[in-house]
Amino acid sequence: MKPVLSVQGLSVRFRMRGGSHVSAVTDVSFDLAAGECLALVGESGCGKSVLASALLGLLPENAETAGSALLGGLDLLTADERTLARSVRGRRVGLVPQSPAAHLTPVRTVRSQLEESLRELAGVRKPALRAAAEQAAERAAFPAGHLDRYPHELSGGLAQRAATALALIGDAPLLLADEPTTGLDRDLVDRTVDELRRHVGDDRALLLITHDLAAAERIADRVAVMYASRVVELTDAPAFFGAPGPRHPYARGLLDALPEREFTPIPGMPPELTALPAGCAFAARCDRADEACAALPGLVAGAACHHPHVNVLESPRA
Amino acid sequence: MLELRSVTAGYDRAAPVMRGVDLTIAAGASVGLLGPSGCGKSTLARVAALLHRPDAGQVVIDGQPARGWRHRAPREQRTAFGVVFQQPRLSADPRLTLTDLIAEPLRAVGRAPEAAAVVPALAARVGLGKDLIGRRPHEVSDGQLQRACLARALVLRPRWLICDEMTAMLDASTTASLVHVVEEYRAEHGAGLLAVGHDRVLLERWCDGTTHWDDLTGGL
Ligand code: SF4
Repeated sequence: MKPVLSVQGLSVRFRMRGGSHVSAVTDVSFDLAAGECLALVGESGCGKSVLASALLGLLPENAETAGSALLGGLDLLTADERTLARSVRGRRVGLVPQSPAAHLTPVRTVRSQLEESLRELAGVRKPALRAAAEQAAERAAFPAGHLDRYPHELSGGLAQRAATALALIGDAPLLLADEPTTGLDRDLVDRTVDELRRHVGDDRALLLITHDLAAAERIADRVAVMYASRVVELTDAPAFFGAPGPRHPYARGLLDALPEREFTPIPGMPPELTALPAGCAFAARCDRADEACAALPGLVAGAACHHPHVNVLESPRA
Repeated sequence: MLELRSVTAGYDRAAPVMRGVDLTIAAGASVGLLGPSGCGKSTLARVAALLHRPDAGQVVIDGQPARGWRHRAPREQRTAFGVVFQQPRLSADPRLTLTDLIAEPLRAVGRAPEAAAVVPALAARVGLGKDLIGRRPHEVSDGQLQRACLARALVLRPRWLICDEMTAMLDASTTASLVHVVEEYRAEHGAGLLAVGHDRVLLERWCDGTTHWDDLTGGL
């Protein structure tokens, strides 16, 4: 089956004053199929939100891109702003934003924002608009009784649902959720991501960008771990969070840092994106590093590492 | 001992976010305060750190009732607290280098000359190397800036630490790393801790005990 989104060799660099470059995304490739949820996880500054901006055509002027990001035949990296504004954002990519309160227009009620999107994206006209807005709200479990409220009158959870309802209006085949759970308490995180998962159904795809590993574990089919601008592990979620666990030492360290696991930090900090080493970018922090790691490891069998953790349960091949 | 006695506080006297709240933390102990986002637990943290004047009730620090709030708090009471907030960018002066940011409280109490002796070691302790501490906030990541804010909170060697959602924006490894710095400091100096947050798993792992906002406020 053809993927909904196919990202191949995507790189994003920023030209800085003084001629230096920041490599924010380097050689990232993945496919995303209908009905699938891919969680892109990593710490702040690893490049995951730049990747999201690239997919939405929202990179700043000084960005240079390479590779491709095909969404049903359209390359999101080379599409012009007019195409992106008219036929991509909202229509082919629905964005569930990081802070819904900031994304919603503060001076307008939820109802009027839903109606506007319905007019623009779905061509709904009065008198059908009112009922359509109520339907759109219901899809995201936003209570009809709150439709005439302003964003600041909503709890964090309801604001998130309002933003989700807006993101769903265009029936976009790709949903992109950028840190949708930041600052929400655990129950609300669970509810928010469960709802997102439900909206994926069979014919949409969800790219969940998050630093919240518990949220990723809850709904992702596959996980991509980003470190210092590269995807260092790309694998099935159950194998990653369960047995045999992550293969890349960074991904393993990240999971072990969770308070429900070892709660031990990875020593050190990631390298600067202006001065990435030629070899493995994790080498300075890695207890498995050796001479081989001075060469850049490719993504082989789901992990970009010269000495990945192996599945001990796997019987050795004869 | 840090005590909140029957504290009523908020931003509108007619509609306080908490009413008659009691909370006690034994010297050197740690309490995690859990609650959903936006419930008002940050207000409680600010009252406990003498940063917000309650409408009624008392804060008693090691037996001494609080005698003022914010800059009107007497110095020996104000400096008993180190505070770290959720969003480092909102609490860091963008013009200062991280070195100066960490030294800020020393300067505020007229002990600026000590900075040269204290700041480098403290910066190293929170994981900030020489190459980073000369930078300004916009030149570092959120996680690196939060490390600096934690160092700033420790620089006067407070007896009490108040961490309000300190790690809510951070990845798992940076979270574990900052919590370890706090716990190392507490073990060395016997400081007490109020950690406010929404992550039950984290606070249960981190603190001696946890209490829920609804139980403190009677579900107000
Ligand atoms: S390539 Fe080497 S340094 Fe990099 S993660 Fe693997 S073992 Fe560690």
